Amino acid sequence: MANKLIVSLSPHAHGTDSVEKNMYGVIIALLPALIVSFIYFGLGSAIVCCTSVLACVFFEWAITKFIMKRERSTVLDGSAILTGLLLGFNLPSNLPIWIIIIGALVAIGIGKMTFGGLGCNPFNPALVGRAFLLVSFPVQMTTWPVPGQIGINGYIDAQTGATPLAIMKEAIKSGDASVLSKLPDSLSLALGNSGSFGAGSLGEVCALALIIGGIYMIVRKIITWHIPVSILLTVFVFSGLMHLANPIYASPVDVLLSGGLMLGAIFMATDYVTSPMTKKGQLIYGVSIGVLTVAIRYFGAYPEGMSFAILIMNAFTPLINNYCKPKRYGEVVK
Amino acid sequence: MNVILTAVIVLGAVGLIAAIVLFFVSKKFAVKEDPRIALVNEVLPGANCGGCGFPGCGGMASACVKAADSGSLEGLNCPVGGSAVMSQVASILGMEAAASDPKVAVVRCNGSCENRPRIAEYDGLKTCRVVHACGAGETGCGNGCLGCGDCVAACKFDAIHINPETGIPEVDEEKCVACGACVKACPRNIIELRLKGKNNRRVWVGCVNQDKGPAAMKACKVSCIACGKCVKECKFDAIAIQGNVSYIDDEKCKACRACMKVCPRECIYDANFPKSIKEVMKAEAERKAAAEAKAKAEAEAKAKAEAENTATPNVTEETKPKAKEE
Amino acid sequence: MRTFRIGGVHPEENKLSHEVATVPAELPKQAVFPLSQHIGAPAKPVVERGQEVKVGTLLAEAGGFVSAPIYSSVSGKVAKIDTVVDATGYRKPAIYINVVGDEWEESIDRSDKLETLADHPELTPEEIINRVKVAGVTGMGGAGFPTFIKLTPPPTATATCVIINAVECEPYITSDYRLMMEKADEIIVGIDLLMKAVKVNKGYIGIECNKPKAIELFKQKLASRPEIEVVPLQKRYPQGGEKQLVDAVIRRQVPAPPAIPVNVGAVVQNVGTAFAVYEAVMKNKPLFERYVTVTGKKIAHPGNFLVRMGTPMIQLIDACGGMPEGDNKLLAGGPMMGKALTSVEVPVCKGTNSVTVLSGDDAKRKEAQPCIRCAKCVSACPMGLEPYLLAKLSDKGEWDRLEKEMITSCIECGSCQFTCPAHRPLLDNIRIGKTTVMGIIRSRSAKK
Repeated sequence: MANKLIVSLSPHAHGTDSVEKNMYGVIIALLPALIVSFIYFGLGSAIVCCTSVLACVFFEWAITKFIMKRERSTVLDGSAILTGLLLGFNLPSNLPIWIIIIGALVAIGIGKMTFGGLGCNPFNPALVGRAFLLVSFPVQMTTWPVPGQIGINGYIDAQTGATPLAIMKEAIKSGDASVLSKLPDSLSLALGNSGSFGAGSLGEVCALALIIGGIYMIVRKIITWHIPVSILLTVFVFSGLMHLANPIYASPVDVLLSGGLMLGAIFMATDYVTSPMTKKGQLIYGVSIGVLTVAIRYFGAYPEGMSFAILIMNAFTPLINNYCKPKRYGEVVK
Repeated sequence: MNVILTAVIVLGAVGLIAAIVLFFVSKKFAVKEDPRIALVNEVLPGANCGGCGFPGCGGMASACVKAADSGSLEGLNCPVGGSAVMSQVASILGMEAAASDPKVAVVRCNGSCENRPRIAEYDGLKTCRVVHACGAGETGCGNGCLGCGDCVAACKFDAIHINPETGIPEVDEEKCVACGACVKACPRNIIELRLKGKNNRRVWVGCVNQDKGPAAMKACKVSCIACGKCVKECKFDAIAIQGNVSYIDDEKCKACRACMKVCPRECIYDANFPKSIKEVMKAEAERKAAAEAKAKAEAEAKAKAEAENTATPNVTEETKPKAKEE
Repeated sequence: MRTFRIGGVHPEENKLSHEVATVPAELPKQAVFPLSQHIGAPAKPVVERGQEVKVGTLLAEAGGFVSAPIYSSVSGKVAKIDTVVDATGYRKPAIYINVVGDEWEESIDRSDKLETLADHPELTPEEIINRVKVAGVTGMGGAGFPTFIKLTPPPTATATCVIINAVECEPYITSDYRLMMEKADEIIVGIDLLMKAVKVNKGYIGIECNKPKAIELFKQKLASRPEIEVVPLQKRYPQGGEKQLVDAVIRRQVPAPPAIPVNVGAVVQNVGTAFAVYEAVMKNKPLFERYVTVTGKKIAHPGNFLVRMGTPMIQLIDACGGMPEGDNKLLAGGPMMGKALTSVEVPVCKGTNSVTVLSGDDAKRKEAQPCIRCAKCVSACPMGLEPYLLAKLSDKGEWDRLEKEMITSCIECGSCQFTCPAHRPLLDNIRIGKTTVMGIIRSRSAKK
């Protein structure tokens, strides 16, 4: 017989799933939020997102090619694009390009490639980049343009405003619940259409767009509901109790809809590489992130606690993996 | 003054209590270690290479002491330090050093792409153990080398490499310390530790195919078919057929290479001989031919001389010294 | 609708030969009978070279307690006792028979008449088990465990029901389905015999819902038999795994090895085995022929055949239009758990339920990428294991930890590798770990 037979161990069939499908699936899920950010921040959003994505892809390519000398480039698997997009979503829309590039370098170079590239990083690369920028450039990273500035001025000389979270923090610090009346109503928070007190990073202004993306990912089975739902539920319960105990703490609905909570819960905490492997572990991880987020928001130095909560729990992921085992077959003998 | 005194007293008390606690704890939890272990550990190279099969030199040292208590150091060998270190260890432990002749890893397969036709294509994890579990592999030989280099990965001394042309591993004699890691790594027991032999010259059967003749012949050009010619040829009773494959006992083999001359499958190999067996056989054949030619020439010359008795006898005189020169 | 509770995947069905009626395959010119067609000791030949045999003549007797005899499926002369490359890919001892005519042993009842248990009240459980043992019946689902051993549970366990595995969750394969459609009455008598043999009065037939006609047929035939229940199951792989089927049908989970299904009261038998038991007990016909599906996307006419064992696979493939052009993967079994063969001459054995040919892209694995820790393998594992971890630990050789992570529970169903988006060869690694750990456990218990 002229043709060769191919042999290998079973299974010989393979599902249609692939790394690329998952990565690009997340990117598609981010599109509604991206479009909304274009609507609210216009050119500024485009500049920040493009710079961040291009810089991340470039660094990934350059590091795999020249430093790690790998034959097979991992640029096209979509993970670098995703990191870039998520990093951009975490930045204010008037951030200078050079700072974004530094952020991208830290995210890809230190957050991801030093550990061996895709699949090996213990921390979410985009959050590593953001945390680095937040500590290094506190001024630029905490002046947030107000939505609705579409033109070039929105990038160069944007009118900045207070984020809803800053207002909440102010209320807690002053102990005066009336400060909270400055907060936009819940509907505008959900839509991101909240005027001069609704400022924020690119991706966090419109909770609704993020939720749509999250539902898309759950339907496509890219993520499971465990992490986002456990985070959101915990935050809701915790902040609700605080609100009941003392009205200087904002209402739980406003807490859920403001800041990076949705972005973090749906897109950052669910990052495959840095989240636990078992359902039980994912629930523990989600609840812990929720508690930490509210704790940092209410008792910590920063108005926003999402990214630090996720980074802290990333560090605990190996431990959670070690102790949370899936339900083995045969353990539930009846 | 009072403050200083209080501080001194408090610190002194804390120190004293800690000292007492530490004293009792160290008594209670003292680990008794054989003092010989430390002594043995000192003479070991300290490279912690694991070539001996123990986790580092410390593990080897305690294993040596344990073995000495049970009476023999056999099977323990420091591949880095060699027999020098082992005799030192033996003298510390009051034992005779097991005189071990140097060994070297030998790959007993020559199923290169040329010799062994590929009948299938393996498509999976490229390690020998997995391919072995999958079946016969890419060739029709169920015993031969799979060429995925589990032995290469196991070698800590960079002494074994896959030859890209043949796809078969080759041992670097200079670097091989005969630690046996590759032997353990090979799922098909193809690699064997054999005596290096006198002047490093050794002979071995380079095939482990256990199929019957026709099947073995079909699978590979250089497969042993257990014909038994080598067994008959060997004057030292060093060769035996076990499980359809011939095996040369390296203790008995005198490296005369007689078996190589008769092997119809050319699957007996040698190392470090100045001339290859083919050259030797060729030279022998030439010598034989030359001797025959000479005898013929002499006979002819004689006949000629006899026929031409009247002619000068110079002819024979001329040829004689010539023959001597040869 | 019921299904098992942990893990599982949904491979593409590709049941190309679902509605193709079974036809008897042509007799081979030379039939080859490997002596090791079952789990356990190889059979011992009792024939000699040159001896004349008939269809149904004993060729080799059981070579130990866990073993099964082998009968000739053809009549002719024993050509030689040599070796053949079998499904494992290695050369194993085998008996070659040159086929002459088609003469059957007279003791075999070749009539089509349905013999029911009511017609033979004299059959005791012991008699049934003995006939099954003598006829060389082994599990027809693929693994090939001698059936009589399964019918004699260890004294520590009591059987409470018989579960018939008619799930056929493997893609492509349709031989069990065809058997159910064509031999339903015989199968039901077979189930009666199995229930009598293990002394229980409850039977279940687990059928996946992608075979609605079979479910309908059996429900109709069993309408007056409440003790045998047809259980329609959701379509999900690996439902045909013994442990998964027990979980799906009677909601009980078998404890970790060495426990077997009978420890929770279930005796699981393949539907093909039920038929073979019927033929062995009622027709005195030893196991020498079986239903085989020949299939593949590039195969011109996928079909189902009643094949005499020992027939080389290439003959069946040629009967379906021949081997497709290009590089192919030839499988004994389905694409999830089947064995890839190195030779097209491998004979059909007791456990060969299908000959599947994968061609083109289907034949090759995709390139492996780094693990992205998506945890899809963990969700897919029907045994509740963590395949990513097992594969990693196997690669590093951490056998102690592997044992703690229960690698010996792995049923090698391949769900993890099937679902892995990075196309990692998870099961390749896990198999190495599993065999090594099993070896360690065995040598440890041997020391004790």
